[in-house]
Amino acid sequence: MKINDLLSHGSEWLRGTGPNSDIVISSRIRLARNLFKISFPHWANKKQCEQVLTTVTDAVSKIALLKQTTVFNLSALDSIDKQFLVERHLMSHDHAQKSEGRAVIVDNEEIVSIMINEEDHLRMQVMQSGFNLYETWNIAGKIDDHLAKELPYAFLPDWGYLTACPTNTGTGMRGSVMLHLPALVMTRQVDRVLAAIAKLSFNTRGLYGEGTQALGNFFQISNQVSLGHGEEEIIGNINGIIRQIIEQEHQARELMFSKNRAMLEDKINRSFGILKSAYIISSQETIELLSLVRLGLDLGLIKHIDQARLNDLFISTQPAHLQKIENKKLTSEERDVKRAQIIRKRLGVSN
Amino acid sequence: MLCDGCGKNQATVHLTEIVNDQMNELHLCEECARKKSQDVEQNFGLGDLLGGMADINKNEKDKEAVSIKCPNCGLTYADFRKIGRLGCGDCYNAFKKYLAPLLKRIHGSSQHVGKSPVFAKKTLGLKKGIDIQELRNKLQRAVEQEQFEEAARLRDQIKNLEVKGPEEGEADRKA
Ligand SMILES: [Zn+2]
Ligand SMILES: [Zn+2]
Repeated sequence: MKINDLLSHGSEWLRGTGPNSDIVISSRIRLARNLFKISFPHWANKKQCEQVLTTVTDAVSKIALLKQTTVFNLSALDSIDKQFLVERHLMSHDHAQKSEGRAVIVDNEEIVSIMINEEDHLRMQVMQSGFNLYETWNIAGKIDDHLAKELPYAFLPDWGYLTACPTNTGTGMRGSVMLHLPALVMTRQVDRVLAAIAKLSFNTRGLYGEGTQALGNFFQISNQVSLGHGEEEIIGNINGIIRQIIEQEHQARELMFSKNRAMLEDKINRSFGILKSAYIISSQETIELLSLVRLGLDLGLIKHIDQARLNDLFISTQPAHLQKIENKKLTSEERDVKRAQIIRKRLGVSN
Repeated sequence: MLCDGCGKNQATVHLTEIVNDQMNELHLCEECARKKSQDVEQNFGLGDLLGGMADINKNEKDKEAVSIKCPNCGLTYADFRKIGRLGCGDCYNAFKKYLAPLLKRIHGSSQHVGKSPVFAKKTLGLKKGIDIQELRNKLQRAVEQEQFEEAARLRDQIKNLEVKGPEEGEADRKA
């Protein structure tokens, strides 16, 4: 698989299918693993990083489950390629800053990705559409079992998997669920809901992972603690929280729909109108407006557009995607024009 | 609204940041938001960490702690305090005395529960407590998925283990 092949199909996390997909965008499990006796990436020399890279890619090539994967060596990618993979949630922003001795392995379906020599030797990620953490964990656990047969992991019975940062020690697992909560935001309840979550040791982040802003009403909820609780217990806890948030978002949507329908229809259709008619648009404004159109689609207030086509716009309007589609470097101003053009075209407006 | 970061540009990014129990609203310009997101990523968990270490300093002789060196990778405890990252798996043994309270502070526990690599199961053996905990996890999951027969079976298995200890429990499970 070449990196440009990814352009031809939609990202797994935006497929818009799976349980509760009106509110839950995607479910993700990340496992951090390190190799016994070898320095963690930040402390390793070049030779050690190369050694890890070879050892891990060899191990991956032996596993039938991971047959349909491609290794992308970061030293062979330019900055647009790297940003492109970040936008598709296949690797972290941090990882994209590095190159020598670093790689990311991606399966053709874009469900599994394995970052090599990020903060830890391995960061495995499994991602699925919709509210699906258990199934996602089953896949991640299985891949991990196979890799554990090939790779000597750094592990202590008392402390579990040993990671570069002690905040990940133990299971090395982060389960996260991305939610679309426009009604809770509009009814100004989201802060209360998130504050309650924070008390229970969960993290909330924006669309693009750690430290990013909650853009377009997207929130990512994940566990903070990884030592002292088993994986399935942690996932059970996340699921419990997510179920409550889904319920509250549903209630807020119903409330707005019954009490304030004119306002709702106004907001949604204005957003749709801007997207269909703008000639210059930033990626931030795009996401904010697409969020409301998506809500309109969920509520049946907007018809005549396809959910998959709408979802695709979230990603194909991102900076690196635009440049990949155009196959050339674009300045920020050029991107804003191109973005507007693509949106008009995809939403079925001519020219 | 002006940016909380530089106080100059218009704030266009509204960030809700949750650190422990505290929720902060931040209104930032795009440039400061980008800087902030990099900061947070790099320092994630460091607040907890440093909080943990401040206490250690009060209680232990500073010099003793910082001069400990991991025999495998050469990272010193002082290095760890500076960068917030350990150097290799062996560092955990080298700094054990200081890491135990730190892990407890971060996670509320210093005992791993959950899966272990296949080789660890074979060579290191498993504690009874962990085995039971794994079953409890399965039980919780069965209940959640409304598989009540499976749940009842698991509940009996746990009871068995709790009463008899791991060896007999294991024999029972096979029977
Ligand atoms: Zn600013
Ligand atoms: Zn070390």
